[in-house]
Amino acid sequence: MQPLFLQGPSVTLRAVLLVVVSVVVMVADHRWHHLETVRGNIESYIIYPLRYTINLPSQFFRWSDEALTSRENLLAEKHKLEEYQLRARVNLQKLSVLEKENARLREMLSAQTKVGELVLVAEILAIDLDPYKQQVILNKGRKHEVYIGQSIIDAHGVMGQIVHLGKYSSTALLVSDPSHAIPVQVNRSGLRSTAFGTGNSQLLELRYIPHNADVKVGDQIFSSGLGGRFPPNYPVGRIVSIERPAGESFSTVLAEPVAHLDRSREVLLVWHNPPVKDALKIGKSSVTTEGEKSDAH
Amino acid sequence: MRTKSSFKTVVPTMLLALMLQMMPLPDWLDFVRPDFVTLVVMYWVLAMPERVGVTMAWCVGLLLDVTQGAILGQHALGLVLVTYILQLEYQRIRVFSLVQQALVVFVLLLIKQIMVLWVYGLVGHAPSLQLYFLPSLIGAIIWPWVYLLLRSLQHKFTVSHDF
Repeated sequence: MQPLFLQGPSVTLRAVLLVVVSVVVMVADHRWHHLETVRGNIESYIIYPLRYTINLPSQFFRWSDEALTSRENLLAEKHKLEEYQLRARVNLQKLSVLEKENARLREMLSAQTKVGELVLVAEILAIDLDPYKQQVILNKGRKHEVYIGQSIIDAHGVMGQIVHLGKYSSTALLVSDPSHAIPVQVNRSGLRSTAFGTGNSQLLELRYIPHNADVKVGDQIFSSGLGGRFPPNYPVGRIVSIERPAGESFSTVLAEPVAHLDRSREVLLVWHNPPVKDALKIGKSSVTTEGEKSDAH
Repeated sequence: MRTKSSFKTVVPTMLLALMLQMMPLPDWLDFVRPDFVTLVVMYWVLAMPERVGVTMAWCVGLLLDVTQGAILGQHALGLVLVTYILQLEYQRIRVFSLVQQALVVFVLLLIKQIMVLWVYGLVGHAPSLQLYFLPSLIGAIIWPWVYLLLRSLQHKFTVSHDF
């Protein structure tokens, strides 16, 4: 026999208690980042199996797409890729000469040469998150030595950074999220700024640029590496509009990200200042002038 | 004994709702996706308020926070409030017709979304509001089907006899 009424006070008490707990948890998570381990464990042991299951159909379609392609198509694609590879190699030959020259010049200036970065290919899982946040889930996690704050790039430019970590998966915040900012430099003039996300995947905003700054529509912006979070000299975007409203102290400068934020399927995790030995052990490849990029798995 | 058997249906349906929440959809559909998790929690609170209460709602909310990449506690807070209101009023809402229930569901979904929005506002990244409340409306519209589906599941696995 069940009681006709639930015991009122105890329900109210529990509700009030849980509201308080929620607020405490939110503050601990947002302000102090104390709960990353809790989040990581929930992600790894409860949510990841669900994500994996959801991703299965899309993986199956990809697999069947590959398995059922005709021989002619594959051959055509192979020829195309070989040609592309050849062109890339030619370009890289020039690059290697330039790089050596650069190293020599730096030696003459007794400046430190740039350390090569290590990369690992990760795949974006077919998972939808909150449509009002610009985030993606990657299929690499703590097990692959991914770390919080690590940069991710695609074939075209910087995409974002890792914000949450599970054992086999991680969440990346894209450069276009309103809570994201990346230090950048205008390639042509060397002007430094910070590119903030706008919530629109096609738009970044460069803030605190004075009216008389040397910046033009069409300028390329690159990561400056200041702050040490992002590796320097990766393309971030292209300036698309500049407004200089009279009476305001700063211009409104908008840029379009060059990375394909909403279309990429594979991305690269970048280790700059890498712990080289450990990284090599688990099969990450380094970006060298020979341009070998191989998947770790 | 009975508790054990009841969770056999409750837990899988909640996990299923979490999966629906993460299911990839075309961009335009992504903005109208109803809050499946809240709908399922609401059903179970109405169906067996003595077993599915605020504590369980909070735990599910925490899972939802992790799946959505939200601040931990953000959805949990909203779910606790919604569950609490239902716990107080479940006897009245149970005897409502499905259409009346859908109206109540709409208001509760709105309350939950407003709580989530409020937290977004507090941390300084409030989303644009053009389509923000559409998922609540869609949730209320599909409520009768959610209700009938879950009730048939509940009866099939005879979780409880009091509803």
